[in-house]
Amino acid sequence: MSLLEVQNVSKAFGGIQALNTCSLGVEQGSISGLIGPNGSGKTTLFNVITGYEKVDTGTIRFSTQTITNAKPDNVFRLGIGRTFQLTRIFPRLTVMENMHVAAQREGARALLSRWSSTHEQKRALDLLDFVGLTQLKEMPAANLSYGQKKLLEFAFVLIAEPQVILLDEPAGGINPTLIHQVAERIRTLNKSGVTFLVVEHNMEFVMGLCEKITVMHRGATIAEGTPQEVRTNPAVLEAYLGD
Amino acid sequence: MKLLKIILLIALLAVFIAFPFVFSDPATTTIAVFTLFFAAAAVGWNIFSGYTGYIALGHAVYFGIGAYAMALLCQYWKIPAGYAPFFLLPLTGLIAAAFAVPFGWIALRTRRHTFVVITIATFFIMQLMAYNLRFITQGSAGLSLPIPFDWSADFFNLPFYFVALAILLLALGTSWWVRNSKYGLGLLAIRDDEDRALGLGVNTGPFKLVAFVISAFFVGMVGGLHAYFNSSIFPPFAFDALFDVAIALMAFLGGMGTLFGPILGALILVPAQQYLTIISQSSGYNLIMYGVIFLAIILLLPEGIIPTLSKRWNKWKASRNSSKLTSAIATSPGSEDSIVVESSGKGVEQ
Repeated sequence: MSLLEVQNVSKAFGGIQALNTCSLGVEQGSISGLIGPNGSGKTTLFNVITGYEKVDTGTIRFSTQTITNAKPDNVFRLGIGRTFQLTRIFPRLTVMENMHVAAQREGARALLSRWSSTHEQKRALDLLDFVGLTQLKEMPAANLSYGQKKLLEFAFVLIAEPQVILLDEPAGGINPTLIHQVAERIRTLNKSGVTFLVVEHNMEFVMGLCEKITVMHRGATIAEGTPQEVRTNPAVLEAYLGD
Repeated sequence: MKLLKIILLIALLAVFIAFPFVFSDPATTTIAVFTLFFAAAAVGWNIFSGYTGYIALGHAVYFGIGAYAMALLCQYWKIPAGYAPFFLLPLTGLIAAAFAVPFGWIALRTRRHTFVVITIATFFIMQLMAYNLRFITQGSAGLSLPIPFDWSADFFNLPFYFVALAILLLALGTSWWVRNSKYGLGLLAIRDDEDRALGLGVNTGPFKLVAFVISAFFVGMVGGLHAYFNSSIFPPFAFDALFDVAIALMAFLGGMGTLFGPILGALILVPAQQYLTIISQSSGYNLIMYGVIFLAIILLLPEGIIPTLSKRWNKWKASRNSSKLTSAIATSPGSEDSIVVESSGKGVEQ
């Protein structure tokens, strides 16, 4: 049984069918890839899974719970973290403060506790170390470079220890050295049990990283398999080169 | 550094306590009392608007509710003049806070400009209600409160001054606490990117509402105190559109979302406004002053005094550090690249 399962989900924006009976399964402990031409519905799929958009029809299941149309905060608390294609951090907070936003308390305890416990402080420092931003911890996040913002977003999602992380173009617009570094971090985390679903246009990156790749086209999944299978699938070539 | 800050704060508090004894002229202490009223209200307002970035322009609603609550409770319980009415202040704050729950719940379903417009609308609705619910408010005839006749003219302002100071300290303490709590971090995250915060497990709806209610509590206490100070209330003064603008302007001037910004703003604006009113013998000039200051802030200090100064200070410190580093580079050739990367603060360790 898959850890995260999307079944026959459809979503239309006005006349545009962004998702058309789309189904997808993400196995526990895997690094799965999601590719497809621009506008094929990858980001919309991320949005409906994480509660940012409501589905028209279909169901989404995570572990044993149905999370169709759940609110983003509930989805996150269940253990699904995500990053955004256009990185979304908190520009006026320092790097360190950014790290602590995702480590929330239940109910009124938020009002009574300081913004970081010693334990969380240590964990945040470890994670900043992990992505190489420790030296910038006191800096307003707005001053970071594009790539550093991506790393920060990745790190602050990790602080809540999600079971699944959805990455929307983690390699987009960052330099080759950093891309390599991101891939390494993803592998390390995967070994410790975190499941990944990665949307990416950089084929070299996605083929090298993922065991299984799903291809989307016009709001539906058209192929699924190992990188080698996907690479030689005629339907995939058609989707990328056709029309 | 921390010790220095604490000493500075204690000294500042001592100045505030000593002020009415040093400048004991009633005309001066009256200005001081008004300054503290506005400072406390602005600090309270800032807990919501400053931290969440939602600009509420209807907090006169809670000022007015606090004022009417004070007058009505004094009548109902036949509270005598003197110190007794001061003990009602927490209750007036709570009543204002209770009204803020449904109002905030409705207004906070919207964002940005729509939110501002709805808060302004709640203000006009409440002012109209104060005029028209005559069986409660006596309409435009207003309500009167007990007057402490046995307090001499020299003494009269002192109790109000210290009670206002106590409310200000309470508001400031709350503001500090919120800023350093997990909850406050959530509010600041909402200010920067609300949907992102929601996606990181911040329960944004209740977070915003609680901040809104806390701010209404402090503004309501100030309203109650103000009503007792004036010993009468009328709809246009209890629900005063200028109050909405004034506390927001004070927070803007000093620095939104900073701890001391709203106090600094009040310390500058209220005495200036009172002084202008006195020398011009009319109350129109303060409106022109508000307009001019508002434009000046937008043009020159869009972030307010405290954030601008602290930014300049950091810049100055950084430039001093980097000039030190540059001289270090000159003496140690070969290490140039790594140091330049570090001092610009933008290098990635790769």
